[in-house]
This record gives sequence, structure tokens and C-alpha cells, in this order.
Amino acid sequence: MNEIVLRPKMEFDVPVEAEVISPDLFKGKPLEEIENLPVFLGNKKMPLKDLFYIEGDPSMEIVVEGDLSRVKKIGYGMSQGKIHIKGNVGMHAGATMSGGEILVEGDAQDWLGAEMKGGLIRVKGNAGHFVGAAYWGSKQGMDRGIILVEGNAGNETGKRMRRGLIAIKGSAGDFLGMGMIGGTIFVYSQIGERPGAEMKRGSIVLLQENCSTQPVLLPTFTYDCTYNPIFLRVYLKTLMELGFPVKEEYIQGKYRRFNGDIVELGKGEILIYEPGV
Amino acid sequence: MHNMLINGVEIEDTFAEAFKMYAARIIITAINRKWALEAANKLSGFATSIIACGCEAGIEGEIPEEETPDGRPGVSVLLFTMGKKGMEEQLLNRIGQTVMTCPTTACFNGLSSPERVKVGGKLRFFGDGFQISKLLQGRRFWRIPVMEGEFLVEDYFGIQPAIGGGNFLILGETVEKTLKAAEKAAEAARSVKGVALPFPGGIVRSGSKAGSRYKFLRASTNTAFCPTIRELTKSELPLGVNSVMEIVIDGLSEEAIKQSMKKGIEAACIDGIKKISAGNYGGKLGPFHFYLQELFKQ
Repeated sequence: MNEIVLRPKMEFDVPVEAEVISPDLFKGKPLEEIENLPVFLGNKKMPLKDLFYIEGDPSMEIVVEGDLSRVKKIGYGMSQGKIHIKGNVGMHAGATMSGGEILVEGDAQDWLGAEMKGGLIRVKGNAGHFVGAAYWGSKQGMDRGIILVEGNAGNETGKRMRRGLIAIKGSAGDFLGMGMIGGTIFVYSQIGERPGAEMKRGSIVLLQENCSTQPVLLPTFTYDCTYNPIFLRVYLKTLMELGFPVKEEYIQGKYRRFNGDIVELGKGEILIYEPGV
Repeated sequence: MHNMLINGVEIEDTFAEAFKMYAARIIITAINRKWALEAANKLSGFATSIIACGCEAGIEGEIPEEETPDGRPGVSVLLFTMGKKGMEEQLLNRIGQTVMTCPTTACFNGLSSPERVKVGGKLRFFGDGFQISKLLQGRRFWRIPVMEGEFLVEDYFGIQPAIGGGNFLILGETVEKTLKAAEKAAEAARSVKGVALPFPGGIVRSGSKAGSRYKFLRASTNTAFCPTIRELTKSELPLGVNSVMEIVIDGLSEEAIKQSMKKGIEAACIDGIKKISAGNYGGKLGPFHFYLQELFKQ
């Protein structure tokens, strides 16, 4: 398969802004033109080739190798193609993207997939804060698309998300799904404080893996019933098809449903897996 | 080509005449096979003929749980109407009254097609403001709260051009032998994917012809194939034929109907069957002509 490979020429001491690393911007361009796409090292504008070795054939599949923890905005706004990051990636990876796929072999920093509108992001490691969240001042966060994190995620995951799916295989921090307007968030393990605070609609699903205690919900969430939501089965089957681990008991099992946040619309829900029911 | 025999049964050199329809595929799932079938049977009930039922529908087949959207046992139903408007009305009424009311069911679209009609998006109002929308990979579902729990239904259902009225007639010596052949034929015919046999058990005992001596009636009994009036009409029945049954097949494509007719006819050619014929209206009813003998040429 044709692919274009980028490797950092140095260890970056200051952040690099590289939103040009996107299949949309590489598409149809000869290698020389790609090499001269502008990036910022700190506040210095320079061509991409000054910071990265660039090899291979111009293609819709971009491979980036090395530690990119300080390289921001990779795949920002992309709508097609694939970016394979063989290492860690910096902030805002895949933010506002509307299509295509990003695979991160390592960890991702904050604002992963913030305000994304479509496509798929997979992170093999951990993700920082504000996964799929709304930027400061924005009315809504992620609106369609899927983010799969096989490690943990930080605070305010899915803040004000409207549509789409986020699945965190590990734990998530405080204010999970804060101000959600819609969409669905799965967290397999522990969560921090105040999940679903100010959510209007949307679903937070807690699978309680390796959790010895029940999650503490805000008093503005009220218990409705215990049941097997059929829509969850569709979501879990989709996660399985995407290669995300799903145990059979999550599909067959019962969930306690809490609705809230009643300081807002109250039509959101937190579903907590109840083993053995 | 005139004298074609299969297992000693004559295949008449004639054709089945079929017409254009629209089709939808409805996937019903439930807690177990029993309840999925219960809903599917209700959904496809009173849907034998477009003449008086508003649509034609039948069970296409069962779907194993690993292949359904929610991992539960499923049944696929094909529903046929003459137009798009009628399709939306039929789906809305039938899914609303027969699937939503049936315990534990969920209802999914089974046809990806650019043409579609809104179903869940209208049924959702039954939720009285408490319905919840979920959008996953471009498919929108509605969660409607019901007393038993939640009814999940897909927003839109794809529809596509289809064919109604594929058929063949089984001319037998006795009613017992004809029914036995028709049962075998129906079983074989419905084994093909993409077809549904809308009549009871897949078999019609009262085939019709277009028109009537009465002005108010669009269709009337197929006099040429009624054995009790053989001498009173211009009959198509040879002496010794005392019962005729028809297999009617609606399908998503010409090829599916051809395959289904072929399998059905092969299965019907058993001892006690004199002849296989087909219903047509001289080519005036529909653009699809399935010549019986040509089915076996390929």
C-alpha cells in the first residue's frame, strides 16, 4: 500500500503546530510541495521538511513515527484518509475532523478529537483531558464520529458533546460527560467526581470493571429502573466490530438507569452495569 | 419448445406475468425466536394481496443472533406496496401496531437504499416527549419508552423497486396430492433469499383473474382454472385435474424470483401432479414475464 512516512528530525523542546499533517492537505500534491507545507516551531514558521524526514509516495495514508508528544493538531479538521501515529501524539489530534481515521499507537495529549464531526480515532494508550470536548466558549463538543481509547482518559471527557461515541477502556477523570447534549460515552473502569454534571441529554455507560465501589452520582440524578437496554446491545456490537473488547455479559446484562441532570433538562442518563442481576 | 417434462410432470409453455412494486425489508428481533416470529407473523398478517390488503408481505427468513444488529434472534420480513406513499403508511401502521406492541421486540431497517421512508421518526411521538434519539454510524434509532421497557426502532427504512406477482400453478389429480406438492413447492421457493410468499403457507387456493362480470369488482375467481366449472367456461384444465393451487412470489429482483420459481416448480413435480402452468393476463398487466420453460434452460 502506498504511504508517506514522516519522522521528526529532532527532539522538540517547544510545541510544534502541524495541522498540515493531514490527508486532505497532502492529497494530490507532489512530494516537494508537501515538504514545503508550513508548520510552526514555537512562534517560528518553517517548512515541514525542516522538522521531519519525509519519505514514500504521496498518499492518503500518512505514517508518523517517533515521539510527537509536542506536535499539536495532527489531523486537525481532516475529512478523509488515514493517519497512523507510531508513538505518542500532542494536543488537538483529530480535533474538528469530519472523516477518515487516526490511529495512535501511544498516548494522546489533551483535546483529542475535540469538536470532531465524524471519522474514527483509536488510541492504544492513554488520552489527556477534554477528549471529544467543546473548546472554551463553544456551545457543543463532538458531533458525530467515534473515539476509542484503550487506556485511561482525563477530566471533562465528552464535555458538551452532542452526538457520537466515546469508549474508554480504562478509567476517566472528573466531570465525565459534563454538559452533554447527546451522544454516548462508555467508561469501562473507574470514573472521577461529578459525572454527567449539567448534562441535558445523552448516555453515560459505566461498565464498572475492577471497581470495588459504586460510582458516586450527583444528587440531581435519580434512579429509574434496572433493565437491559436494547440500544446498548447495538452499540456494544458496533464496538466489537471495531475491534474494541466487549464481554458478552455487557451485552446480555442488566443496567441501573439514573436520569439527570435535573438542574438541566434531566433527559440524560447514566447506565451502570449491574453484574449478576 | 412445447413438451417439457420434469419428473413426468408437464411444464406448460407459458409465462407468469409480474408487475412493478416497491419493497422494504424489516428486521425484527426479540428476546427469543418465539417472540420475533410472533411479531413477524402479525406484521405480515392480512397482507396477502395488494388487491384488498394495501400491501403484500411475508417472512423472508430467520436471522441468527450473531447476524442481527442487537445480537438477538431475528426474523426478516419483506413488505411490498405499489408506491412509496403507500409504503410509508403501511410500515408506520404495521410496525406501530404489531411490532411495537409485541413484547421485547426491536425493529431495524434491512435495506440500504438511497430511497427511504420515515418510520421510527414518526413512531417516536408515541413516546410523548420522552423518546430518545441515538445516532450511530449514520443510522438513527429511536428509543420509545413503553410499559415493558423500551422499544427500539430505526428512523428510516430503505425501499427499492421490486417485483410482485411471480407465480406458478400446480394442477393435480386430487386436493390432497396438490396440497402436498404445493407445500413442498412453497418450502423450496421461500428458501431463496430476497423473496416472500405472501399467501397463507405460501399457497393460494383462490387465484384470480383481472376483472369481473360485476362492474364494482376489480378481480374475480380464475374461472379457467376452477375444476368445478370446467365444462361451463373456457377451461384450461385437462380432464383428470381436480384441484389447482398457486404459488405467488414477490421478490427484490427478477433473478430472485426466477430462482425461487425454479426451485418451487422442481419441488412441485411429484406423483399426482399433471401439469405446471402460470397465471398471466396476455402481457397486459406487468412488464415482467417469467417463461416457465426458460427457467430450466440456464
